[in-house]
Amino acid sequence: MNAEKLFKFSFWKVVAVLIIIAGLISTYYRFTKGLGATTNLSDEVPWGLWIGFDFLGVGLAAAGFTIAAAVHIFNIHKFEPIVRPAILTAFIGYSLVVGLLIVDLGRPENFWHPLVMWNIHSVMFEITWCIICYSTVLVLEFAPVVLEKFKLHAPIKLLRKISIPIVIAGVLFSTLHQSSFGSLYLIVPGRLHPLWYSSILPVHFYISCIAAGLSMIIFESYLNTRAFNTGLSINILSKASAAVVIVLLIELVLKFTDMVFSNKLYLLGVPSMETSLFYLEIIIGTIIPVIILSSKKNRENKMLLFLASISVISGFILNRMNVCITGMVASSGINYFPSIDEINITFMLVVLAMLGFKYVVQTFPVFVEEEDKTVQLIELPEAENIIASE
Amino acid sequence: MSKKKGLLFDVTLCIGCGSCYDACKQKNKLPRTNSNFLSDHLSANTFTVVEQYNDKYARKMCMHCDEPSCVSVCPVGAFSKSETGAVLYDGDKCIGCRYCMQACPHKVPRYEWGRTQPRVKKCTMCDDRIKAGKIPACAEACPTEATLFGDFDKIFEVAKKRISENKRNYYPHIYGLDEAGGSHVLILSPVPFEQLGYTPKLPKEPMPMLTMRAMEKIPPVVGLGGVFLGGMYWLTKRKNQIAKEEKELKEL
Repeated sequence: MNAEKLFKFSFWKVVAVLIIIAGLISTYYRFTKGLGATTNLSDEVPWGLWIGFDFLGVGLAAAGFTIAAAVHIFNIHKFEPIVRPAILTAFIGYSLVVGLLIVDLGRPENFWHPLVMWNIHSVMFEITWCIICYSTVLVLEFAPVVLEKFKLHAPIKLLRKISIPIVIAGVLFSTLHQSSFGSLYLIVPGRLHPLWYSSILPVHFYISCIAAGLSMIIFESYLNTRAFNTGLSINILSKASAAVVIVLLIELVLKFTDMVFSNKLYLLGVPSMETSLFYLEIIIGTIIPVIILSSKKNRENKMLLFLASISVISGFILNRMNVCITGMVASSGINYFPSIDEINITFMLVVLAMLGFKYVVQTFPVFVEEEDKTVQLIELPEAENIIASE
Repeated sequence: MSKKKGLLFDVTLCIGCGSCYDACKQKNKLPRTNSNFLSDHLSANTFTVVEQYNDKYARKMCMHCDEPSCVSVCPVGAFSKSETGAVLYDGDKCIGCRYCMQACPHKVPRYEWGRTQPRVKKCTMCDDRIKAGKIPACAEACPTEATLFGDFDKIFEVAKKRISENKRNYYPHIYGLDEAGGSHVLILSPVPFEQLGYTPKLPKEPMPMLTMRAMEKIPPVVGLGGVFLGGMYWLTKRKNQIAKEEKELKEL
């Protein structure tokens, strides 16, 4: 490592440490002074930035189930190298959500209550269970990578035997709770702005998370190649980005059709903050990436792929924030903006998630050309030629 | 005999004296929150308010819905419907997700933001008093029968009678009868209800139905999804196998 690189790394290390210290201080205040003193949440705005980031953590982790399904269920083996980063991303995303829930819940010490106190009519109850189950699935899906490192072959064999049912369960749990984040808002027709409220909000959430999750893998792979030279081949990423375009177009058509059928098209001509944000969300999250990625030449350009993935992710973040914060502003009558403690804690958890990701990637073989068939997978040459697929 | 109780609030009879406000505070042992009760608002320490709209006064409190959103959305079932019709809350179960506050169509539940072990707070219709044979503190304190308590059927009859016998004084609608699927608090007013700050345009259907329509799709999604994924696994694996064999044959 040369001096310039070393300096660059230490600069970011200092930033990370500062963010974590600030976050820890805010966390201390959060638990000693209560939610009222440390957040800008109120009776009018009971959900804020933290719930928003829960949506992001789970949504951006969607590649975990998408790619696992593509490779293990639909046997599209060309995506095999993405399986590990996708599952790791998902696991890190869900850990972030757990961290956020601990600070966000009014009574975090009661977090286990949904396990024994059931209300099957509650979307929140369903989400809680799905997230617990899916996190377990993710651990089982990622376990072979860790076990491999320590050369524990017996449990790997066992896991491989049950791998297909595990993947199927994972896809089902994900389908349920990814969509259920949208279902949470079905009961607030009077509160959520009509541009975002829809009786098929769960379907919108489900489809949009797939595009965002895949973009997340492209994004991570680019950064990883730059930092450690262990990213994924451009070939696979360009194929994944083609899938992103398809999903984005499906969602766009569905959104438009939904608006036509629920007589909401006129809203697009009503000048308001919400309308501008809605356009922004569509332009950044859908139009720009679709324009970039529809050309095959662009899909093979690393930089453009990276920019398009950032665009999709930004549009997705904007969409979720619009649903849970901006879209609720008008009805609450209060302009919510997160407090410094809310922001500090959120940043801290995001930094910890990034460090966690970095640590795992450096310690275990995550970005590899082929998912494990044998234990010595790293020595395998170009995966694509070996696998009979499609 | 029906045990379902209800409260009838009649704006035309309310003189804005604040007796209900004081009685509620006293009964629930709540601290003073405002020097002028008319400018107070619902909070963790105020379960009912009297709001002034020119010469009219409007009470706000938990509506005690027939099919409450809070009961339906709470992941741990901290909310329940009492046999009296009151909607009750169990702070020991609560995990503090605040979905009830987000979901309530009347924006009633309030949170103890200042505490490190906060609970949700709201009107209980004095369920304990009703069960002890008494009537809710607010109804007992009301000097003009603007707040009337009784069996739900009876107060509903009273509401209908008041409107039909005095058409000129009343806006022809009983608020709470259909709103969000109906509630145990009924309200009469001389003017349209949105002019008094009552949430307008609530669906007649119980709000939990909006969620149920999505939730009831879960079993088929799981069932069909499982079969579909299992089938696809088998199909695509077989397809790949055949493709591979054909390729090998060709190479031979």
